[in-house]
Amino acid sequence: MAIKLPIYMDNHATTPMDPRVLQAMLPYFTEKFGNAASRNHSFGWAGEEAVETARQQIASLINATPKEIIFTSGATESDNLMLKGVAEMYREKGNHIITQAIEHKAVLDTCKNLEKHGFEVTYLPVQRDGRVDPEDVRKAIRPSTILISIMYANNEIGVINPIREIGKIAKEHGIFLAVDGVQAVGKIPVDVQKDNIDLLAISGHKIYGPKGVGALYVRRRNPRVQLAAIIDGGGHERGMRSGTLNVTGIVGLGKACEICQQEMPEETKRMLALRKRLKDGLEAKLDEIFINGSLEHRLPNNLNMSFAYVEGESLLMGINDVAVSSGSACTSATLEPSYVLKALGVGEDLAHTSIRFGLGRFNTEEEVDYVIDKMVQVVTKLRELSPLYEMAKEGIDISKVKWQTA
Amino acid sequence: MAYSEKVVDHYNNPRNVGSLPKEDPNVGTGLVGAPECGDVMKLQMRINPETQVIEEAKFKTFGCGSAIASSSLATEWVKGKTVEEALAIKNTDIVRELSLPPVKIHCSVLAEDAIKAAIGNWKKKHGVEVPEHEKASH
Repeated sequence: MAIKLPIYMDNHATTPMDPRVLQAMLPYFTEKFGNAASRNHSFGWAGEEAVETARQQIASLINATPKEIIFTSGATESDNLMLKGVAEMYREKGNHIITQAIEHKAVLDTCKNLEKHGFEVTYLPVQRDGRVDPEDVRKAIRPSTILISIMYANNEIGVINPIREIGKIAKEHGIFLAVDGVQAVGKIPVDVQKDNIDLLAISGHKIYGPKGVGALYVRRRNPRVQLAAIIDGGGHERGMRSGTLNVTGIVGLGKACEICQQEMPEETKRMLALRKRLKDGLEAKLDEIFINGSLEHRLPNNLNMSFAYVEGESLLMGINDVAVSSGSACTSATLEPSYVLKALGVGEDLAHTSIRFGLGRFNTEEEVDYVIDKMVQVVTKLRELSPLYEMAKEGIDISKVKWQTA
Repeated sequence: MAYSEKVVDHYNNPRNVGSLPKEDPNVGTGLVGAPECGDVMKLQMRINPETQVIEEAKFKTFGCGSAIASSSLATEWVKGKTVEEALAIKNTDIVRELSLPPVKIHCSVLAEDAIKAAIGNWKKKHGVEVPEHEKASH
């Protein structure tokens, strides 16, 4: 089979929409355009029915009840709402929040914002494998702690946190556990009951659904979580999130969740096989490449590797018909290498050489083979060009060289 | 981000890649940048002590496409020039030639530094004092 270029292998950034999701959405753009809040005509009822179906589909995927799902514009809003909503609602109970160093910016920046408003935030470090140690969470708890916010799986390195253990600790102490589930939900089993999750942020476009729609799971029983709204208006979503519901997007999100649930066992196997093929293929042909973070506790579709002595952006430039991303400073707006890799203790020199492969539902073995060949070819070429590789081959310890920096 | 055609050309066909024997008295070596910063350039020149003409130039660079292009261009430019002429090359000339965007200006600065460092190293070997303004700033 001929390969279609460019190849998309950046599925942690976003995913293409599944055609089945698009089919489900189409009628809601034109014929079934009703406002789900219109209670007195059939257009409204059709919209409401579609929204309730989606609520059911999402709830089913995470073992929640439909009433515990509220819709948002995306996971950034869900993260904001779960943190700010709890912080404001429970302010009198306490002002301390626990989170960790490699959360998504939607969580970290929201926490920074809350700090400006009188909250105290503990940013736990991660271990060398990229996971949070549950004991660190326990030790950080204070009488004033009202919320623990830990992501299920990291967006750069795909490393999965011990959420169930953290959930147990949170429950023991009567503290809410808020989880950014963007990368994990739909990819690995997430069960809000077994995991003791109280709030869970979900995104549409990371699971082959549309952009511009997300959801937030808000526990209603045992314990009931109340949220202060951050968007005021018509009182939609039981007052927690006003604004006319994006029915089309919600239908897509629901359908995307349904497909993920039905196909998860099979898809997981396929992703693991593709990743193994990619990893083995690269390791067979290239020396001095390193996996960043735990391989064991990792999303099946993620591979994050450092290719020593080769700078990430120049690598991306060489494999320009393959879409992946890099933790190199040059690819970020801030000119700082990945804060995630830094928190793991990956040296800045190796952080500059990292590539994130995000496999997805539509990737094939042929594509993986193409990516391996291309990577080997470009890494080899760039190492020929690399003074660091030359020095290393001469036996010079790069870390001991005194570099002339500004 | 889109790269200029010239950057892409230098990246795809880097000129004068390689190394010269750094112990050779007529070879000046400049090694600038740091791995932590994501850029390291090694620029080497073989300089004729009689004529002060740069007869050969080689580079190796760890860095983004613009860093590779800047150093590749630098080797092209210094070849055939006298030491004095090569020292007159400014990073802004490189920026202009390669149409580097503002975030990539540091690549050109590094290339200018590499030229100065290589010539400085050669001068040192020949017992010539390197004036302050000719020293690499990075």
